Amino acid sequence: MSFPLLTVLAAVPLIGGLALIWVRGATGRLVGIGVSLLTLVLGLVAFFSSSSLSEDVTWIGSIGAHYALGLDGMGKAMVLLTVVLVPAVLLAEWHVGEEPGARWGTSAFFGLALVLESFALLVFMATDVLLFYLVFEATLIPMYFLIGGWGGPRRAQAAVKFLIYSLAGGLVMLFGVIGVGVQTAQAGAPSFLISDVAALHLSSTTGRWLFVAFFIAFAVKAPMVPVHTWLPDTAEQATPGSSTLLVGILDKIGTFGMIRLCLGMFPEPSKWATPVILILALVSIFWGALMAIGSRNLMRLISYTSVSHFGFMVLGIFALTTQSLSGSIFYMLNHGFSTAALFLAVGYLVKRRGSADIGAFGGVEKVAPVGAGLFLVAGLSTLALPGMSSFISEFMVMAGTWQRHPWLAAISTLGTVLAALYVLLAYQRTMTGPATEVVQTHFTGRDVTGRERLVMVPLIALLLVFGFYPKPMLQVVEHTAKTTMATVGMTDPAPAAVQGGK
Amino acid sequence: MNLLETVNPVAATGLFSYAWLMIAIPALGATVLLLAGRASDAWGHIVATLAPIISFVIGLVLFVQMLGRPVDQRAVSVPMWDLIPSGAWDIRVGLLVDQLSIVFVLLVTGVGSLIHIYSIGYMAHDPRRRRFFAYLNLFITAMLTLVLANNYLVLFIGWEGVGLASYLLIGFWQDRNSAAVAAKKAFVVNRVGDLGLTMAIFTMLAQFGSSSFIDVNNNAAHLSHGWATLLGFLLLLAACGKSAQVPLQSWLLDAMEGPTPVSALIHAATMVTAGVYLVVRSHAIYEQTAAATLGVAIVGTVTLLFGAWIGTAKDDIKKVLAGSTMSQIGYMMLAAGLGPIGAAFAIFHLLSHGFFKANMFLGAGSVMHGMNDDVNMRHYGALRKMMPATFLTFAMGYLAIIGFPFTAGYYSKDQIIEAAFTKSFTLGLLAMLGAAVTAFYMTRLMMMTFVGQKRWLDGVQPHESPAVMTIPLWILGVASLVAGLVMNNWIGGWLAPPTGAQVDNVGLFHVTATGLITMALVAVGIFLGWWFFRADVPSTAPVSRNPFTVAGRHDLYGDAFNEAVFMRPGQALVAGVDVLDVKVVDGSVMNSAGIVGGTSALLRRVQNGYVRSYALTMVFGTILVGVVLILGQIG
Repeated sequence: MSFPLLTVLAAVPLIGGLALIWVRGATGRLVGIGVSLLTLVLGLVAFFSSSSLSEDVTWIGSIGAHYALGLDGMGKAMVLLTVVLVPAVLLAEWHVGEEPGARWGTSAFFGLALVLESFALLVFMATDVLLFYLVFEATLIPMYFLIGGWGGPRRAQAAVKFLIYSLAGGLVMLFGVIGVGVQTAQAGAPSFLISDVAALHLSSTTGRWLFVAFFIAFAVKAPMVPVHTWLPDTAEQATPGSSTLLVGILDKIGTFGMIRLCLGMFPEPSKWATPVILILALVSIFWGALMAIGSRNLMRLISYTSVSHFGFMVLGIFALTTQSLSGSIFYMLNHGFSTAALFLAVGYLVKRRGSADIGAFGGVEKVAPVGAGLFLVAGLSTLALPGMSSFISEFMVMAGTWQRHPWLAAISTLGTVLAALYVLLAYQRTMTGPATEVVQTHFTGRDVTGRERLVMVPLIALLLVFGFYPKPMLQVVEHTAKTTMATVGMTDPAPAAVQGGK
Repeated sequence: MNLLETVNPVAATGLFSYAWLMIAIPALGATVLLLAGRASDAWGHIVATLAPIISFVIGLVLFVQMLGRPVDQRAVSVPMWDLIPSGAWDIRVGLLVDQLSIVFVLLVTGVGSLIHIYSIGYMAHDPRRRRFFAYLNLFITAMLTLVLANNYLVLFIGWEGVGLASYLLIGFWQDRNSAAVAAKKAFVVNRVGDLGLTMAIFTMLAQFGSSSFIDVNNNAAHLSHGWATLLGFLLLLAACGKSAQVPLQSWLLDAMEGPTPVSALIHAATMVTAGVYLVVRSHAIYEQTAAATLGVAIVGTVTLLFGAWIGTAKDDIKKVLAGSTMSQIGYMMLAAGLGPIGAAFAIFHLLSHGFFKANMFLGAGSVMHGMNDDVNMRHYGALRKMMPATFLTFAMGYLAIIGFPFTAGYYSKDQIIEAAFTKSFTLGLLAMLGAAVTAFYMTRLMMMTFVGQKRWLDGVQPHESPAVMTIPLWILGVASLVAGLVMNNWIGGWLAPPTGAQVDNVGLFHVTATGLITMALVAVGIFLGWWFFRADVPSTAPVSRNPFTVAGRHDLYGDAFNEAVFMRPGQALVAGVDVLDVKVVDGSVMNSAGIVGGTSALLRRVQNGYVRSYALTMVFGTILVGVVLILGQIG
């Protein structure tokens, strides 16, 4: 048996995270960041590995459960996202345990983040539905404590709300998982392997019910309107680092699952549900954007921009063209980097000011130009400025959607105008104008530090590199897009107005 | 006029392979200045000024080489790298150096270099001068990307890039609220226009499977009429945003919040003319759609009058010039909307305008420099003696814009008016009327600023600007006078391949009835401008009951319109969604889960271990929502 790279990749942060129960204080911090960097290296090895990495061990033979891991193009992108973001978050939250109101120390935060990383990596690598479900639910535990342990005064309620929504979604999915098991058993060979489920010939009623069960769980996760309201409440109370892990990594499980499980296992029901989902995606784009414009709190604002962006991703997934699907997967990666940059940059400013209320700021650029500059750069990525990778993915989603649904794509473009408005309006209100007296007291001589700048460097660099040269990443994710297209049985519309095409 | 076949570019050889350096050098300048931070305060402006100069020299060398090549070898394509390979798409980054893009390169880097030099003096006392120069270099980078791209998507990268540079520079003094608001407005309004360009690219990808100029030009004839028309209007929408054409004009006047060299470079000479470039570049599409082409001409005509009207009513010298810019770009759009006969004239006027308007904006900056940054012309007067160089160079720009015989504007604008008459009598007449109004408002500006009694505020001591500022003025002033003479017999033939039509050259001493009438009207405009403002001008604007003046002072109610139609309903929508989100969406989910009675009660119940039952309740609620949605679909 070859070296189980994928298992090791998931085991390292898990063991490291648990080790932090005993190793605490300054050493704990160093161990934590060291483990996250080791995971980064392992993740990069897996990312660049050209051989097909897969592991499959029969786990519970009687019900056909496997411990099966695999890594396709989309999985690679998500693994890259996870292993890059975790060390960035740890470095950004270097002093999280010393902040007022923190329940536990910094090393506990690091430990939970590493455990979360491990589970998230398993979710992105699982090729067995039951295993997927288990680690999907397992991510809730470290996330719950990350939200409940550090952050704002009403974080306990926020953590509970997060948990309830996620549990509810998870329970619906459990029905789906059980249903899948029953179906394979009836077909003769009980199995939870995604490939086996995909090979089933489900009756359309059964298939649709199973599809709906999985889709609802992923819609809560993604989050889509109308099951999104847990996100702003959570992001408002959690620390910027926790919010980054939550929105940057965990929420991606929603869109990831839609492609891997919904489209991958239930092609016919996916096509059946497409019209409704496309409309819900459009609603999410606008709902999120309008709520972001109306937000009076920076953290809520960022979480609503994500609702809008997840709308774009879902639109691209269910538009079912090679470009829109590739664009959506690439969007998942870029949104992770982009929203992390925004959460962390704004987090720096909020920490200094002691409030995330937009009205509490004004003229920060004058006294803390670097902090304001980082906010602006992250904001420009959020509004998908060309040159940033987020532009490439948003463009591909909309352009790909246009090939099949020009009207929906046309309407979605209005979301880009709203994006310019919510980003620049927030920047204008908080960073420009004369520096208010409060802002002067809180920011003078306290511009963003070297450590905080260091966190932003890889994020911004990745956004720029993939903005100008997305080809390598697009080639990685295209494989998944093409496989999915083949599974669903769709082909790209051909250009209409070319020589001989008319 | 003869229509020409599309010429496909040849592969780059020799120096042309290095055309990308023109973009890379200012990009490097901007990067170094932004990353080095304060360490580069001492020398940043020198480095930044060298960048466009080097790009200009490269452009000049390429231009000379191009002159020596046979006509079918002049358009050169420079492949760079793959951008988006996905499915059947293969979008590549590449440059197109052809007759059209090279004149833009020379304009952007030539005028750009002069403005960099001028800014060394103009921004000398600003503590953030280095940052200003970094943004200027960023602008040059983006603008060259825009004009050198061989693909609509790459063009779009430059297109939004100049938007970003414009945003940063309008809001350069961002501790002023008005500047920050103006910058945001410019970006957002431009984004509305950008929708047109993005959707145009989507359409190209759907119709041609490609967004490169070659594929679009070669396949445009296969477009159905409906798609061709849609594409034409989408591109027009994009052009309206960038070029401040009605109905997306409202941002340009506010953009005058930026430092004056920015107004000269970005909001007069180069960026705002990108819409004209886009329309001319897309001539193959417009040839397929008479409706969209006429749309371009109408937008141009409306805007040329709209801008001129505003120009007559403003007292702020920069806003007069901004209105004038809208108006002059209106002429270019009109020309571009005349189809093949007008395209070369559009570019001709674009180049002349680049010289004389940059000249006058920098002149206005020189005046402001001597007047403690006051922009109100009612506080000027009699400045010709105090600022002789500024006055003389400004007068050269003045002669060029009103179309005084043998100056740049005389050749470029009169040919547009004549061409407009061949297409439609109404368009021609309106364009002619615009020339008279132009003469009026420019004469008014000259009279209020340089002639008459001095009306300076206390403590203002007007003085001439230093040589680093006046030398660029002289160069641009002379160019305003002679550019027409130099280019008139050449530009039509030179631009024939990229515009797709060979227009007949008009002699230097070509006299027509239209030309004579135009000149008479211009003389009337000058006379009225002199007559009304020959005597003393009140220092504060008298309350006007003249509806034309009142409307002009309010920018023809563009902002009021936007506020009533977009802003207020938009705010109401946001407020409504907000209420729905909290009360209905969040509330119903939470209520259906049985979570009521305040958060403390919730917490107590959670601690009592009931959380699972609530979760279960909610599961059914959520399933119910899903079922209703799905069933609604089936029915």
